[in-house]
Amino acid sequence: MRLTVDGQAFDVNADPEMPLLWALRDFMGKTGPKFGCGIAACGACTVHVDGQPVRSCSLPVGEVTGAVITIEGIGSEGRLHPVQQAWLEEQVAQCGYCQAGQIMSAVALLDQVADPTDADIDDAMGGNLCRCGTYPKIRAAIKRAVVLKTSGI
Amino acid sequence: MASVGKIARRTFLIGTAAIAGGIAVGYYYYRKPYPNPLEGDLAADEATFNPYVKIGVDSTITIVAPRAEMGQGISTTLAAMVAEELDVGLDQIKVEHGPASYAYFNAAMLEEGGPFAFFDESMTAEIVRAGMGVVGKFLALQGTGGSTSTLDGFGKMRQAGAAARQMLIAAAAQKLGIAAADLETANGSILHKASGKSLTYGAVAATAATMAPPADIRLKDKADWKLLGKPQKRIDMLAKVTGAPIFGIDVTLPEMLYGTVKMSPRFWAKPVKADFSNTEKMPGVIKIVPIDTNYGHGFGIIAENTWAAFKAAEAIDAEWADPEYPLDSAGISEVLKQALGTKGSVMRDDGDVVTAFADAPRERIVEADYAVPYLAHATMEPMNATAQLKDGVLDIWCGNQAPTLVRQLCANAVGIEQDKVSVHTTFMGGGFGRRIEVDYALCAALMAKETAGRPIKVIWTREEDMRHDAYRPASVGKFQARLGNDGIPVAVDMTIASPSLIASTLLRLFPSIPPLGPDKSIVDGAYDQPYTIPNYRVSGIAAPASIPVGFWRSVGCSINGFFHEGFMDEIAAAGKVDPVELRKRLMAAYPAAVKVVEKVAEMAKWGEALPAGKAKGMAFTLSFGSWVGEIVQVADTPSGIRIEKVWIAADVGTALDPDIIEAQLISAAIYGLSAAMGQEITFADGMVEQSNFHDYDAMRIFQCPAFEVAILENFHKMGGVGEVGTPPAAPALANAIFALTGKRIRILPLSKEVTFA
Repeated sequence: MRLTVDGQAFDVNADPEMPLLWALRDFMGKTGPKFGCGIAACGACTVHVDGQPVRSCSLPVGEVTGAVITIEGIGSEGRLHPVQQAWLEEQVAQCGYCQAGQIMSAVALLDQVADPTDADIDDAMGGNLCRCGTYPKIRAAIKRAVVLKTSGI
Repeated sequence: MASVGKIARRTFLIGTAAIAGGIAVGYYYYRKPYPNPLEGDLAADEATFNPYVKIGVDSTITIVAPRAEMGQGISTTLAAMVAEELDVGLDQIKVEHGPASYAYFNAAMLEEGGPFAFFDESMTAEIVRAGMGVVGKFLALQGTGGSTSTLDGFGKMRQAGAAARQMLIAAAAQKLGIAAADLETANGSILHKASGKSLTYGAVAATAATMAPPADIRLKDKADWKLLGKPQKRIDMLAKVTGAPIFGIDVTLPEMLYGTVKMSPRFWAKPVKADFSNTEKMPGVIKIVPIDTNYGHGFGIIAENTWAAFKAAEAIDAEWADPEYPLDSAGISEVLKQALGTKGSVMRDDGDVVTAFADAPRERIVEADYAVPYLAHATMEPMNATAQLKDGVLDIWCGNQAPTLVRQLCANAVGIEQDKVSVHTTFMGGGFGRRIEVDYALCAALMAKETAGRPIKVIWTREEDMRHDAYRPASVGKFQARLGNDGIPVAVDMTIASPSLIASTLLRLFPSIPPLGPDKSIVDGAYDQPYTIPNYRVSGIAAPASIPVGFWRSVGCSINGFFHEGFMDEIAAAGKVDPVELRKRLMAAYPAAVKVVEKVAEMAKWGEALPAGKAKGMAFTLSFGSWVGEIVQVADTPSGIRIEKVWIAADVGTALDPDIIEAQLISAAIYGLSAAMGQEITFADGMVEQSNFHDYDAMRIFQCPAFEVAILENFHKMGGVGEVGTPPAAPALANAIFALTGKRIRILPLSKEVTFA
C-alpha cells in the first residue's frame, strides 16, 4: 500500500491489520511517534491523519486514507513549529517520552481553536498521559504557543 | 560478587546490594584508582583528562555525565558541575552518558544506606556513613537511584572540571612562557591579559592531558558560580520536542530483527505445556525460544517486525505451573497481617515505650491500622532492549539505571566475559526505579543468541510490562500513641510489616548473596523523622517474599510517609492541636524542619477560613536528605473530590538548579498523588489483574492541581530532589479529605472510599 507520511510517499508491504504506529516505526523509520499502551489509552503514539489527531497504535494501516503527519513532519531543529518552540521555551519535557504525542495533540487543538480556554485544553489533552507530571508546563506552553502563533513565529 | 559474599562478616541490607560490614576490608581496593574508561575510545584528535572530560583539537569539549537521564534533568546538572569549573558555558559542550565502567561508581547512593537517620551526625553515624561510601566504590555500582546523583557528583565532577582547567593552564603557561598565576580562563580559552595573548583549550589539550593532575585542586567559591545555583536550559530539551530517536525503543540497526516476550504470568512458574505449532507459522514470525532467568520463565518471539511478534505472543497456547505463593490478594494480604504479629527489628527506640503505655488511660490512647497496596512503576516507555551477539561480543542498547549490572548479568547469561560486553545507555522514557532491574536486557541478550549475529530489538507489550514489574511492596502498619494532658504525644509505637525489597532484589540480581540483617527500607520514612517524642519506637518486620518487589520512586518513604503523617494528623485531631502547630512543637530541635513547615503554612495561608466545601491537609517527610512539607487543598464538587492546589516547601541544602528542582518536586508530588488517588496492583489465580492504563491509570491533565513551590537552603548538607516530593503527597491529600469530609482513610488507594473528579 502507498502512504504519504510527512510529505513523503512510502510503499509499505505490511499486514493491513498492522497498526499504523508499527508501520511507521518498523517500516518507514518514523520513530517519533511512541508506543505506550497499544489500546489508545495514553496518547504517546498520536499523529495527524488528514489534520485530525489519531492514536496510531489502534488504527490499522490498511484503513489509513489520508496524509499522515508525525512529530517529525511539523518542524525540526532550526525550523521549529510554534508549539515546539513554546515547549522549548517553557522547558516542558522531563523524560520526554510522551511529548511527541502531547505536542501533536496540542498542534491539532490550536489548529481548531486559536485561543483555547483551560477547559478546551483539558478536553483536548486528557487522552495524553504523562507519568513525569509535566501537565502544568504543558498548559503554560499551549498558552505560550497561542502568543507565538499570533505573533507569526 | 562472590568474593563479597566470602568476606562478609556482618551485613547491612542497604542500597541495591548487601554491603560487607568490615570497613577496612575494602580499603585497599578503594584506594586503587580505576583506569580512565575514555582512554580506549578516543578520536585521533581528542585528549582526555579524567573519566569526565574530553577535549578535541578543535576545542570540542565533551563532558561525561555518567548517570541515567530518565527525565530528572541530571545530565544537565552534572554537566554544569564540570562546565562551571572548566569555565565554559553549557552551549559550548557536548554531553555523553559514557560507557559502563566502575570508574563511575555512585558512592552517595550507598552512603545514606546505613541504619542512621540523615540528621544523626554522631561520630558513629558519620564514620559508618563515610565507610559505606567506600564500600560503594568497592562494590563499584554505577547506579542511578536514591536521589543521589547530584550529591555523588558534586565533589568529584567539579574537581574533574577544575583539574582539567588547571592542567590546561599549566600547558598554556609552558607554551607561552608565562607564569600560570598570570593566566586566566574564559569561554574555552586561556588568556594573558597583560599581553593580550590567548590560546584555545583545543590548542593545548593534547599537551595538557599528558601533564600530572594537580595535587591541589582549587574549586570556585559558591559566590563565583556562573552556572550552578541558577536555572539552566536543559541539554536534552531540543531532542525531546522534535521527536529525535533518543530512547531505547528507537534504536535502529542494519539487519535488525524484532521481538517480544511472553513470560509466565505467575511469578517464577515454569510452563507445563506450550504449543508453538501454529504460532511459528504466522506471517513474519521467525522463531520462538525459551527464556529462563532469575526473573522467571517464558518465551521470546523473534520476528520480522514488532507487530508480528506481538500477535504471535498473544497466540501462544501455554499453561503455567502453580505459583509458590498465595493465589489471590486476600491470601497475600493475610501473610502480611500475620507477619505484623511477629517480632521485628527495632530501628528506633527512644525512652521506654512499654512503660509509657502501661499506665495510659484509655481516653489518652490513639490507635490505627494502616495499609498500602502493591504498585507498578508504569513508565511511559515499556521495557525494551536491543542486543547483538556477534563473534563472541555482545552489544546491548537500552535505557537502564545500572550499566555495570547490565554488563555483568548479561555476560553471565550469555556465557561470555564482561570485557566482551558493551552497554550503550540511552535516554529513558521514565525510570522511577524500574530500570535498576535488568530483566529487559537479559531477555534481549538471550534472544540475541538465536539470531545468527543479527541485532534484535525486543519490546514488551504494556500488558507484559504491567504484569512483570518489581512492584512497590504492599505494607501494613499498626500505630499507637499516648497523648499528654496538653494533647501532645508523649509516646508513639509503630510496627510496620512489608516484604523485604532488598531480599527480593538480591534473589533476582545476586541469588548467591544471602539477605542478612534488617531491611531498613521497611521503616524508612517512619523511624528517621525529625520529631522529638520522649518515648518513640519504630519496628520493622520483613514479611515472607512472594511477589517480586523493588525500588519505586522514594522506596520505603512512599509507604511510611503516608503511615507516619496520616497518624500524626490523627494525633493532632485527637489532641485538638492544629496539625501545623503540632509539627512545629515536635520538630523544634530541627530548625530546618520548622522553617519548612512555617514556609509551606505561610504560602498556603494555613489557618485562614476557607469557603464551605473546601479544605486543606498537610504532611512533612524528611527523605533522601531533603526536608519537604506539602499542603493540599481539596474541593467537594458534584463529580467528586477535586485537588485544587498543592503548596510545596523543600529544604534541599544547596539548590544547584532551581528550575529543575521545582519540576522534580511537582513531578514527584503528582507521582504520589496518582498512586494515592487510584493505583493498586491486585492478584487473582496467581497473576496480576491489571494490564494497561485503562485499569492502572495515573493523574490526567484535567485532574492536575495548581502548584506553588518554595526551595529553601537552610540545612548545611545537600539533599536529593528526584524522589522527595512523593512521600508527603499521599498523606497531605488524605489529611485534606479528612478535613473536608471527616472521613479518615487509612488504606490506599483513596478511590476505595471516595470519588475523584
